Parts: sequence; C-alpha cells; structure tokens
Amino acid sequence: MDSRVITAILVVVGVPAILIGYILLTERVVALVPARRQAGVRPWLWLAPGLLMVFAFLVLPTLATFVASLYNKTGKIFFGINNYAYFFSSGDTLIALRNSLIWLVLLTAFVVIGGLLTAVLFDRVRYEVVAKALIFVPLAISFVGAGVIWNFMFDYEPPGTTQIGTLNGILQAFGQGPVAFLQHPLGNSIWLIIVAAWIWTGFAMVILSAALKGISPELLEAARVDGASETQLFRNITLPLLMPTIAVVATTMVITALKAFDVVYVMTNGNYDTDIMALQMYHQLFDFGQPGRASAVAIILVVLIIPMMVINIRRFRIQEAIR
Amino acid sequence: MDRRSQVSRLGAGLAAVALIVSACTAGGSPAPSGGGAPAGTLAPASLSQIGGSVSIVAVWSGGTDPKSEQYAFMQVLKPFTDATGVTINYTATRDINAVLSNTANLPDVAGLPGPGKMIELATAGTLKPLDGLFDANAYRTDTPGASALEVNGQQYAEFFKGSIKGLIWYDPKNYTGGTPTTWDDLNSKAATAVTALGANAKQWCIGVKSDPGSEGWPGTDWIEDILIRQSGPDIYDKWVNGTQKWTSPEVKNAWLEFGKAVTNAYGGPTTVAATDFRKSGDGLFTSPPQCLFHHQASFITSFFTTDNPALVAGTDYNFFLMPDINPAFAGAVTGGGDLLGMFHDTPQAKALMQYLITPQAQAIWPKIPASGALSGSKSVPLDTYPDDLTKAAATDLANAKIFRFDGSDAMPAAMSAAFLKGVLDFIQDQSKIDSILTNLDSVQSSAYGG
Repeated sequence: MDSRVITAILVVVGVPAILIGYILLTERVVALVPARRQAGVRPWLWLAPGLLMVFAFLVLPTLATFVASLYNKTGKIFFGINNYAYFFSSGDTLIALRNSLIWLVLLTAFVVIGGLLTAVLFDRVRYEVVAKALIFVPLAISFVGAGVIWNFMFDYEPPGTTQIGTLNGILQAFGQGPVAFLQHPLGNSIWLIIVAAWIWTGFAMVILSAALKGISPELLEAARVDGASETQLFRNITLPLLMPTIAVVATTMVITALKAFDVVYVMTNGNYDTDIMALQMYHQLFDFGQPGRASAVAIILVVLIIPMMVINIRRFRIQEAIR
Repeated sequence: MDRRSQVSRLGAGLAAVALIVSACTAGGSPAPSGGGAPAGTLAPASLSQIGGSVSIVAVWSGGTDPKSEQYAFMQVLKPFTDATGVTINYTATRDINAVLSNTANLPDVAGLPGPGKMIELATAGTLKPLDGLFDANAYRTDTPGASALEVNGQQYAEFFKGSIKGLIWYDPKNYTGGTPTTWDDLNSKAATAVTALGANAKQWCIGVKSDPGSEGWPGTDWIEDILIRQSGPDIYDKWVNGTQKWTSPEVKNAWLEFGKAVTNAYGGPTTVAATDFRKSGDGLFTSPPQCLFHHQASFITSFFTTDNPALVAGTDYNFFLMPDINPAFAGAVTGGGDLLGMFHDTPQAKALMQYLITPQAQAIWPKIPASGALSGSKSVPLDTYPDDLTKAAATDLANAKIFRFDGSDAMPAAMSAAFLKGVLDFIQDQSKIDSILTNLDSVQSSAYGG
C-alpha cells in the first residue's frame, strides 16, 4: 500500500483515538485527586494539550523570531537593535510601513462602508439574494487569482494601440489616453486597496446583513409611526444596533490590512512604492537573505496588531458581561 | 541540516577537503565519470538502467505545450530517462529563490537564478560540488561560461544553456543602415532612419515589466551592456563584486546613457515601465512602426514569433551586436546563463548532471526552432542551430573577446533586487538618479559577505 494511504489512515483513525484515550486517562488521574479538588483540576488537564500546542506553535516561534531579530543575516553575530534601527531608517521599509498604515485606514473604511451600504440597500429590494451573491462571489476567488484578474483589468498598452485592459479600454472608448494604474505612486496603492476591498466587501456585507435581519421590525415600525424619517431611522436606530457588528468587521479588516500580502505580491511585487509590511518581510527573508531584518519586521507587525487584539478581547468581555 | 553541511561551515579549506573526500568515497557511481577523457573534450554519456527518481525544480514552465520551455526541457531529459529508467519529478516555479530557501525540502537538482545565488548556496553548504562527476578542467575548456561557476576552485553549477545579451533587433525593411561601428554611429544613423518611420516613431522600444521578483531586468541589462562597453571589464567586475561604488562616475554614466534611451523610447517612461518585456519588441513590426530598434538578448525571437507568427527570421527581423562605445574595450559582451546545480548527490542526480553537459544533451534545446537557446559548449556544432540568426548569435557568443555574466544575476540577491527596484524608480523619474545610487551604495555595504 502507498505509504501516504497508511499515513492518512493513521491520522484519521489515530488522532481521535489518542484524544479519546487522553480524556479517559485524565479521568483516571482526576479520580486520584480528592473529590473537592476535582473540579479545579479537570479543566487544566483538559486544556493542557491545547496550551501545549499554543506554546509550541505560537509562543515559541514568536520568541524565536524575537531572538532572531537581534542577530545579523548569518544568525551568528549579535546585532542588538540594529535590525530595528535599519527598519526605521531605510527608505524602503519606511515606505512599507507607510503603505501598511494607508491600507489599514482605507481598506477598513472601504470594506465597512461598502459592506454597510450594500447590506442596508439590498435589504430593501426584491432581488436581494442575487445582488448579495454578486457582491459575495469575489470572496470565493483566491487572492492570487483576484490579483491576476485585476492585472488584466489594469493592463496598459502604449498610447495609439488598442487597449486590452478593461479600464483603459473604457477610457479609450471615451477618447481618453491610457493610464498606467499600477506604476504611479500613490495612486497605485489605492488601486491595490480597491482590489482587496472588492474581495472583502462581500464578507462585511454578509455579516452586517445578518445583524440587520436581527433588528426587530416592530422597533422600526414604531419609530415610523412616531414620524421618524428613514434617515433618522438609520442614524438613530439601525446604526447604533449594528455598532457591535461593525466593530467586529472593522477589527477583522484592520488585521487583514496589516497582514495583506497576496494582492501586492501578485500585482506589483512592491515595486513603484507599493510595498507593504508582510511583503517586505517576505523579501527580506527569501530574496535578500536577511532573516534578522525579516524577523524585526515580523515583530513590529505583531506589536502593531496587539492593540487590535486587546480591543477585541475587551469588547468580548463587555459583551459577555451584558449577557 | 545534515552533518556534512555543518562541516563545510567550519571553513572553506576544510570543507573543500571534506567534500572531495566524500565525493571520492561515494563509490558505486553508476555512470563512469569523464575523468579519463583528454582535456578539452568530454566523454559522451554512458547511461545504464538504474531506475529510481530525481526531483528537479526550475523556472521553465508551460506544461506540455510544445512551444513552451518546460516542453523543451523535457525533450532534453527524454534520452536520459529512456536510457536509465529514472523517473523525473519536475516542478516549475516562478519564485525559485523562495523554493531554494526552504533548506529542509530541497530538490535533487535545481535551476539556479544566477552565479550570485549559486555562491550563496555553495557557501551555505547546501549546494553539492560537481568536481567528482566529470573532469572539471575539461568542462571549463569546453564551456567557457562555466568557469565563472566556481567557489574555491570547485565547480558548483553547470552552464546549461545561455543567451547573448546586448543584441539590437530591427526590421530590415525599416532600417537599412547596416551594422553601426560605434555607439555614436548607431545614434546618428538612427536619427535619420527614424524620421522616415513617421511622426510618432522613436529610436527605441523598451519594456521592463516582468514577473514578480524580476520586474525591471531589461533595464539592468541595458545598464550592464553600456557599462562594460564604456568602462571595461575591470570596472564591471569590481562593480559586480561590490567594490565599485554605484555613485562612482563610471556607473552613473551608464545609468545616464540608459536614461537617454528611455527618453528616446516609444511612449516615454510610462510605457517603458508598464510594457511587458515579452511584448516590448512588437513595436518593430506594427504599421506604422513604433520604433526602429529593440535591445534584447538572443532568446527574444521566441516572443517575436509568439505575437506575430508570420514573421520570418532574416527578412522580417534581424540583429547586430550592440556596438562598442569605448574602443579600448572593443568586443566586450554580456550574456545570461541558465545554471543547474545539485543539492542531493544521489546516483540518479549524479548521472543526470553527467548527462546534461554532454554535447548530445546540449544540442537538443538549441535545435528546437525559434527557441533562441544557445549552448555554451564548444562541442555543439554550429549547424545544430535552426536558422542563420541563431547561428550568428552563437558565433558572436563564441567570438566574444571579453565575456561577462549578466551582472545583476551575479550579484548577491539583495543587491540584485535593489538594482531592479532602482531601475524602475529611475525610469519613472530620472532626476532621482543621485538618491537612487546613494541608496544602492548603502545596500552594497551590507549585501556582500557574511
């Protein structure tokens, strides 16, 4: 039998068997503990494998990355904060940092506003299902695929020749000269963000739409009877009720923006001042042979994401408390 | 990391001894090495049925499309697989640097992006030396391009196929001025010839867009071709090896000369930046023509005919070698090479590496019509090449008085990447030249050495 088949069977049968075995084992161990302590011991035993995994696959690599960020490119010579100093003094990395912040603000704004608009407006039309499906479909396309598609959309041919890119084709139909969308900073970064927003808007729309359906119709009806306009209705009732969901979508998008990679890698590879943090990390590691600098970028990225995680966890606690 | 590569990190001299010993003691090599052959010739491959498999990663893609590079490579491998029964597990990638960075999962044999990366991999100990497989001296005599592929006197890669760079392509119907003798001669001949092509035509068609990771390379080729002709091989070598400053007048002059060509290119800087190199020569053949000349390596013919299948070599397109700039350095050319290196010295990989440098294997790819491939081997006869143009390119490669590897391929990866990026920035805004070169100097100070 193919060794891969054997491996597959071992994993499919073996892993659940080990898990069940572990639970049975912990019950044996728990039985040894005095009865009044059992309730305190059991959760820790059950959590242990998970904590071990988190430690092995998240905590250790993060610590190792931090240590690596203090060494030079061979990983042998202690470098102190030199890699960080490089990050905050080199033009290339600073452009990556600037662009990541632009991504953070604009991608979040585009996706939240786009998702909210589509969710609210499609809620009021009969062909809602079709319209929502159309907005949602890009999320099913891989990011690399989307990058390739949009490369065709943005294609540039020399002036005077037939434009085969969709956008330049439209410009040509109206007698305008072609635009090199991806070659001119800062506009090229905005175009890339629009591609990412095209992918993610469907995600925001679906979540916001679900929250919208959860708002009781009686509430809106009562307000209408009291003479509220549709604008007042949206601003004073719908929006506040959607706020927790919007916050979830927004934090998700902030994290997505900070770790964005695929679209830029495929479409410009960071050229023409479109570099972003995750791509800079990739280049430093794989192309420039600078694991120390790549680790420093990774650590800075983590530090940037931590506040988002804290905000998320705080809100989660508040919501739990309300419940 | 295996034990041997740790040994090699102890020091180059010790490592060389260890590797020679290990290569010699790795007995049971199925195919005899070419050690007995007289210098200057290589023994034909004697292949025996050994079975097993060998994994290969390279940039040649295109699957089973008969016009693709992958198909051509498979043609080269076919006599080997037929004779040995070895199964080839081939993977095509456009991001070879990333694949080769994964040291835990290296293929047996890989196409290497250039001498610069080869040196990094050899120094790191992942790349295996090839000296035990064949007579390295005979190989370097037979394939001069391979002599640059040494680290500490050991052969670490094969010069699998090459191209000659700095060819100026034109349509013989639009340009009848003959081969210019100097760079100034070319520019003055072009000035008169281009006016006959119409108001919108320019002297050059240039396009530097390419795949992620290599975008901008036609511009680096331009600068290299100018530099070696302006300032000669010594400055060129110092520049490639990181001891010639980017801000030095020699290097800056090469950039400025390239800048003139960009200004003189169809569509201006935006078109140069946004046009894919594969299509950038098409402007020679439009009606009315967009440009008079296109500067590109010998392989560009395959892209000419992809977009315009009716074109005939010699009557619709022709080339001359980029003329000398400074007569003191007459006959200097640059070229590119596809390198192959070995990461695991299995019997199958060793047999394959022995096979690939034989004249028999070397002749297969260049023989494919419109492939544009040149063999670096002197043992491949000129009548292997399918048409007069390719024969002429192969002759130019063989006759070059001064041959140098594509500089950006030979630099460390970080330097090469910064060079590419600098070229793109320069094309967009030539007034930034000083800040671009200063930045390249700072990259240079950290990219070389350990």
